[in-house]
Parts: sequence; C-alpha cells; structure tokens
Amino acid sequence: MRVVVLGIGNTLMSDEGFGVHAIEALEKRYEMAEGVEVVDGGTTGMELFPELQGADHLVVVDAVRAGQPEGGIVRLTGDDVPAFFKTKLSPHQIGLSDILAALRFAGSSPQSIVLIGVKPVSLDLCMELTPQVAACIDPVVVMVADELTALGVAPRLRA
Amino acid sequence: MATRITIDPITRIEGHLRIDVEVENGKVNKSWSSGQMWRGVEQILLGRDPRDAWAITQRICGVCTTVHAITSVRSIENALDLEVPLNAQYIRNMIMTAHALHDHIVHFYHLSALDWVDVVSALKADPAKTAQLAESLSDWDGNSRHVFEDVQTRLKTFVGSGQLGPFANGYWGHPAMKLTPEVNLLAVSHYLQALEVQRYCSKIVATLGSKSPHIQNMAVGGVSNPIATDSQSVLTVERLLLVKEMIDKLGSFIRNCYLVDVSAIGAFYADWTAYGQGITDYLSIPDVPMDTKNTQFMMPGGYIKGGDLATYKPIAGGHDPYFREGVAESVKHSWYNYSNGAGALHPWKGETTPNYTDFQDDGKYSWVKSPTFYGKPAQVGPLANVLCGVASGHQPTIKYLTTVVDTVSQLAGTKIPLTALHSTIGRHAARAVRSGVIYENLQGNWQALMENIAKGDTKTFNRPTFPKGEIMGVGVHEAPRGVLSHWSVIKDGKIANYQCVVPTTWNAAPRNEDDQIGPYEAALLGTPVADPERPLEVLRTVHSFDPCLACAVHLTDVETKTVVQVKAL
Repeated sequence: MRVVVLGIGNTLMSDEGFGVHAIEALEKRYEMAEGVEVVDGGTTGMELFPELQGADHLVVVDAVRAGQPEGGIVRLTGDDVPAFFKTKLSPHQIGLSDILAALRFAGSSPQSIVLIGVKPVSLDLCMELTPQVAACIDPVVVMVADELTALGVAPRLRA
Repeated sequence: MATRITIDPITRIEGHLRIDVEVENGKVNKSWSSGQMWRGVEQILLGRDPRDAWAITQRICGVCTTVHAITSVRSIENALDLEVPLNAQYIRNMIMTAHALHDHIVHFYHLSALDWVDVVSALKADPAKTAQLAESLSDWDGNSRHVFEDVQTRLKTFVGSGQLGPFANGYWGHPAMKLTPEVNLLAVSHYLQALEVQRYCSKIVATLGSKSPHIQNMAVGGVSNPIATDSQSVLTVERLLLVKEMIDKLGSFIRNCYLVDVSAIGAFYADWTAYGQGITDYLSIPDVPMDTKNTQFMMPGGYIKGGDLATYKPIAGGHDPYFREGVAESVKHSWYNYSNGAGALHPWKGETTPNYTDFQDDGKYSWVKSPTFYGKPAQVGPLANVLCGVASGHQPTIKYLTTVVDTVSQLAGTKIPLTALHSTIGRHAARAVRSGVIYENLQGNWQALMENIAKGDTKTFNRPTFPKGEIMGVGVHEAPRGVLSHWSVIKDGKIANYQCVVPTTWNAAPRNEDDQIGPYEAALLGTPVADPERPLEVLRTVHSFDPCLACAVHLTDVETKTVVQVKAL
C-alpha cells in the first residue's frame, strides 16, 4: 500500500504556505511507516502527477477557506475534496483538481482523499505564518498522524 | 460595430492573466494583456544571505521551480565572478534540460492541445482508421488499434461520469475545430501516453536534484551532490545508468510522437500560420554552459530584428555588455511608480512600488512591467531560440526544424516556407524542435558527466566568499518560456536589490514607455473570432506562448471570476 501526504501552498505568502510548513513539522516529529511518502508540493501542478500516481490513499494539507473562522481547522473527505479544489482559492489549486481528474482518466485515482486545512488569516508577502495559524501546526500534525494510523500505517514518534 | 471581449483568467496553469480584445468585422483590432496578480519576492529577498536566494526564488512559481533556483545561483556567481566546477555545470544542465522537456511536453499535450483537439469528437472515431493513420506517420509502439480502442472506451466512461476536470473548459464542437475524429482520438491517446512520459523527466530531476518538484542540491558555487563511484548514498554510476535509460525513452517519445503530432496539427491547421505573428524582434540567450566560466555553450542565443535572420547578432552570455546594457523595464502602463517619475529603469536600479489604479485602457492596466531591449519590446521563447539557432547555423536546430517542416509540407501537400514560423502554430512547432535539441543537450551532458567522473574529477563545489562593499550580478537562463534573468545587487554580503525579469514579463508586457504594444497584444491583432461568446481563437494565440503568470506578476485577487465577458461597444 502506498500513501502520500501532500503539503501544498506558497511559502512566500504567509499563511498560504501552511501546508508546506505542516508537513515539515510532521516529518520532524515522526518517522513515517513503510509505504508512506511525504511530498512538499509547493504550488506545483503537473509535476505532482508522478508523485500521486499509484497512491492508494492521499492526505492533503493546505490553507483552506471552507466557511470556518480564521485559524479554524477543517477536514474534508471524498467528493468534497475535488469539488473544493475547483473553487480556485489560489492558483495552484487549479492544478490539483486537474491532476485528480487526469489521474481518474489515466485509471489511477487514489481510493481515498482527505483534506486537512486551516483558514488563513494573512496572505501578505512574508515567509512566516501568523501566530494564530502557526498555533494550528501541532493539532494538524496530530490529525495527519491519526489519519495514517487509521489507514494502518501509523508513524513512529522520533526520539 | 465593435465588440469588447474580456477573458479572465486565460491560463490553465499558474497565475491570473486577463486578456481584453476589441473585435470588429470578425477580427481583433485592439488588445490588452493584463497581469492580475502582484509578485513581491523582490521585497522578501532584501537583506537576506545571497546563498539562500535560490531556495526562495524556487517558490515564486510552481511550474518553474528549478528554473529560478538555477538562475538565482548564476546571478550570485556572476556577481562574485565565481567559477562553477564542470560536474556541477553538467548536473545543473541535466536538471535544467529534463525540466524543460517536462514543461514542453506538458504544455503541448496537457495544456494547449485542447485548443486544437476536440476530445468529445474522438468518441466518434474508428480506431482501425486511427491506427492506419498513426502507422503511416511513425513507428511508435503506442500506436496500435488495440491501444486506440482501449483509450476510446476509457474516454466514454470519463465523459459519461460528467466530471471532465481538465477537459471541462474545452470548446467542443467549435467551428474552428478542424481535426477528424480519428486524429482527435490519436491526440487523446498521446495525451495519456505523455502523462507517463513526463514521469521520466521528474525522475531525472529527482535523482539529480535529491528531491522533486523542489530540488535540494543547488548551491552558490556548484551543487551539493557528492559524487562517488562506490557509495550508495550519493550520485553513483548505477544511478546515472538509470538516468540514461530515462533519457533514451524521452528521446524516443520526442522523435516518434511529439515532433510527429506537432507536424500533423500544423498541417491540419495550416491556416494558423497566417495568424499570431505579432512582434518579430526576437531575443534569446545562449545556455547549457560546457566550461567553468560560462563562455562556451551548447545552445546559441542572440537578437533578431524584424524577423530577418540576416540581422542576427549573437550574445556571448550573461556577461556580454550587449545584453546587460540593453535591458530596461517601463511602468508607464503598469501598476507601479518609480521614484521621481523616472522612465524605464535598468533592473539593477529597478524598483517595485505598487500603485494600483483600476484597469485604464490608455493608462495603467497590469501588474506586469514592460521590459524592452534597447527601447523596443521583444518576443522571447522557443521560437526566438529556434530562429537564433537557425541564424547561427546551429546544426541540431536545423536538423529538427527540417524534419518538422518536411513532414508538415508532405501532409499539407504544399511546401511550407520558413516564414510560416512567425505565427501561432509556428510557436508550437518551435517548441517541439527545441525539445529535440534539448534532448540531445541532455544526452550530451550525461556523456560529459560520465567521462569527467571517469577521469577522476569528483569536484562539485567552489566555496563562495563575499567581499565588503557593493557587487552586482546577472544570472541568465534560456528557460522553457524564454529569456530569464535575475539581477542582484549585493552589499556587504547581503542582498540590497533583486529583480527577476522573467520570460512571461517580456511576452505578456503591457504597452511600454513609448506606448508600443507587447508581444501578446501584437500577436492578437488580426486574429479572427467566429463567436465572441466562445473566443477560442484568442486562447489559441495566447496559449501558443505558454503563458505562466505566477512569476511575471507581482495576488491581489483570489476570488473566482469566470471566464468570458462580452460587451457591445
């Protein structure tokens, strides 16, 4: 079984980079089980196709506006995920929705997709998260670890 | 009566580009190209360590990661006058060329082919006839009747599901779609095969760059890959042999599919050689350096005036004053102000102070600055690169161009002249020709790296030291979309100014200091528009440049706005 944890976002635009910061924190705290890959997708598009192809399960971490309050955490699954990425909150997400469709056309869609995200407070030009969103890193890292555990590929805490 | 059409956004990938055209008597007679996002990497870099700049500029754009990483280290090395070890040059060249092939293949098959290929029509094709046609064009092993039947079945399921994804915005059944169902099925099949092939590019980049899509191995002064012939954790001969396998597979796809498909589409759409010419002053920069000092290159570059190859003036590299002194950027029609109302500024003196005004047809209307070469707009990209190659007698370019022109002529039943390249379809042809050349560059650098390692040279890095005081540098790269330059000013070892003049800035430029229109704008003039509500023809011409706006512009508007607005004037 192959599971991909994908962090996406633009690290030059403050909270937009949440997904990338979160997976960095994930890898620092945990050692991944065999078959789990952590991918820093940044704002890339088709470059992610090979990374996602052949993945049985996909966990995406990103900055997400889904009606929750600023700094609020949200978890979406199933058909809500591609539908969400069609709303184009930022340019790179056009890419992800297209890649998911291309994967389907190519006959290699993941069986499950989970999206975990935080609503950004600021999209200003800087490389740091706002304190409110930075405080979400720890709980989101735990949520991702729980997802992996539920899939039967629990990560191990690093010493 | 004229009609005003606004298309926003126009790209399938990164960034927000808005195009406005006025159409009178079925043709475009006025046009505006406007970047709808603001890029501010320049401010983020101020005061930072120049050795970190590449990792930050790599994040400007999700499509051009490695491109900005490499150009950034080149800029700092240029300021320091620092040589780059041969192994590092070869490794960078391989990453760069593998990335470029990825970019060109994805652009043709996954981003722009849908402007020419009617996916839904492929459902009506006879797979046996498609196989007959395909076998007459090339001996690619993915061209069997069985493959085409399988693809058609998959397509039925996919279209039946109603979730079309990348195909959702296609103009199916548009009168400007001219391919037969059989050719459409061929193209859709190669769409799927190209998805597989692009993986080889990513694997090459990941093997050499330690990770993909964001490479980890760049360094000012070289690369951080240790080379050894006997260790597991580093770049070994075994890993390099795997890279070679992937290079060979890429070469086969480019020769047997990409070059052939471009020729077929060119022949079926031969009328599109008459549209989209625009600005015929072409700028390109030599690249794929094969020495430590960046003076010998595999790929030539220079400047051509008015489309006349006899005017070709070569550029010797980023160090050539002819290039360095010729570049300036105007903000007369862009949402910035220069201090003291200055006119166009050289990038080393460049400023990035926003001044948003709203869309003013005759005033400011874009976040893209307007770059010029000696005061004039220039078209950059694969077409500029190929024309400079032909003008300089570059054999690989001439070889692949001749193949394409001969195939198109044969299929179209008429001799296609070289001047047909100055067009919308010509830009696609040039991208395929350049892919052939780049594939050879990739192979050549693999060979050079193996031979150099065999000689016992394992050096990959020269340590940089930063002097007190001010130094300036420019890093240049003939990127997939054309000339890219990063201009750096370093003071006491910290970045004091940094300006990226990117290919899409050249091509998507708004009007300049002298109110001359930019390359996209010029290319759109005279383009026929059959149905203003579905302006496929406008998309064709703009997409032929492979627009990528994330780095050309400085994000204001993250809300969804779709897509075409039509207003009678």
